[in-house]
Amino acid sequence: MLLKRVFMKPDRWKVFRKQTFIEMDNLCIDSLGIVAIISVFMGAVLVIQTAYNIDSPWVPLYTIGFTTRQSLVLEFCPTIVSLILAGKVGSRISSEIGTMRVTEQIDALEIMGINSPNYLILPKITACVLINPFLIIISIFLGLIGGWFVAMFTGEVTTHVYLLGIQSFFVPFEIFYALIKTAAFAFIITSVSGYHGYITKGGALEVGQSSTKAVVYSSILIILANLVLTQILLG
Amino acid sequence: MIEAKNISKVFGDRHVLKDVSIQFDKGKTNLIIGESGSGKTVLMKCLVGLLEVDKGQILYDKRNFSEMQLFERKAIRQEIGMLFQGGALFDSLNVEENVMFPLNMFSNMSLEEKLDRVNVCLKRVNIINSNKLFPSEISGGMKKRVAIARAIAMKPQYLFCDEPNSGLDPKTSILIDNLINEITHEYNITTVINTHDMNSVIEIGDKIAFIYKGQLWWEGTSLDILHSQNEELNNFVYATELLRKLKG
Repeated sequence: MLLKRVFMKPDRWKVFRKQTFIEMDNLCIDSLGIVAIISVFMGAVLVIQTAYNIDSPWVPLYTIGFTTRQSLVLEFCPTIVSLILAGKVGSRISSEIGTMRVTEQIDALEIMGINSPNYLILPKITACVLINPFLIIISIFLGLIGGWFVAMFTGEVTTHVYLLGIQSFFVPFEIFYALIKTAAFAFIITSVSGYHGYITKGGALEVGQSSTKAVVYSSILIILANLVLTQILLG
Repeated sequence: MIEAKNISKVFGDRHVLKDVSIQFDKGKTNLIIGESGSGKTVLMKCLVGLLEVDKGQILYDKRNFSEMQLFERKAIRQEIGMLFQGGALFDSLNVEENVMFPLNMFSNMSLEEKLDRVNVCLKRVNIINSNKLFPSEISGGMKKRVAIARAIAMKPQYLFCDEPNSGLDPKTSILIDNLINEITHEYNITTVINTHDMNSVIEIGDKIAFIYKGQLWWEGTSLDILHSQNEELNNFVYATELLRKLKG
């Protein structure tokens, strides 16, 4: 029911566009810092762990770069970063809308004749579904850079071999798979969090509970969607 | 004019409103009074469509609001202004943007025209040089006044106020009361105020409806209320020892 109201035609396209750009800044660009930190360290750890697991001299060293890229593209960047964003963005959306609900700001929108779920939730869904895939591309890039730094400083693998590894057996569809997953996860995060915020009743305590529910349900749904999408796209 | 005809509202097994029929006149300050939990807030929420009535009809100038579809209600809602208990100003917008909000959503005015209208409304509620302040930076009384300015920005036909004096000192309460009363008469609006502030009742109540246990118990003017023989109404009006002594 709520999603039906969310996806109705906006009251004013100009206002919708403006809100979407504001949300792109608040929800996506604002998350760039945490995504960058996580990605660099994720890539770095992946290189160390892969190098640690290569015991046999028969396994070529470029496997380190290859494994790091595959792990980042297929799972770590789209899924782990989305789970982190479920915590950061999901709690923000839920608490923002929940506070608007308990302080009667949503009632004020309704009284004015504004479709409040559409006005509040649709720009957030649009912003995240459009921008999060770009965040994930940045995340993959930074993850590979992080891995390269560690490879260079620890001497596990030379730059040349690492670069050879990350270019080996590249299948462009895997990037498409990562972006599709990210867009789906972005939809889950924003819609689930928007819903929990919107149905909040009570006061500060309930706003907190809604935030927690938003993060928990988003995370569970992301994990389930990850399995389903992987089976559909790669199975 | 707003009419409620035989409206009832039930929550679970609790009959919050029981067959209430009431009429709110145009150009008058209509007050709904009653104890906490008597059903007056539910009545107001039903009137504005935030809650659906289980039985009965709500008519805005003979237009049956309760039987309208969502898109039909939208047109009437643009004729409604509402002042919420806490102001319900949008936290992320400053004073000017809050008042301009309904204009951005529903008018085709240019930016200059919208700014002019915003300044007229803010001046009307005696707020000057505060356009760029955010709700968190202004006092409770100012929030209420900005909320009134936002409510009148679209030149509404109907104004609803939910406990406009709650949380305000007596002096600011009188100021807000007078402001609502002046605006009502100036723009010939149908105003409905939900209150339990007896000062408001005496000062600005053109028409008063007393809700008791979900029923319309008494109707009259601010003069009638002082001489009423209705026991439940008197228990409510003269709730304090001081007032009982004054009544004699």
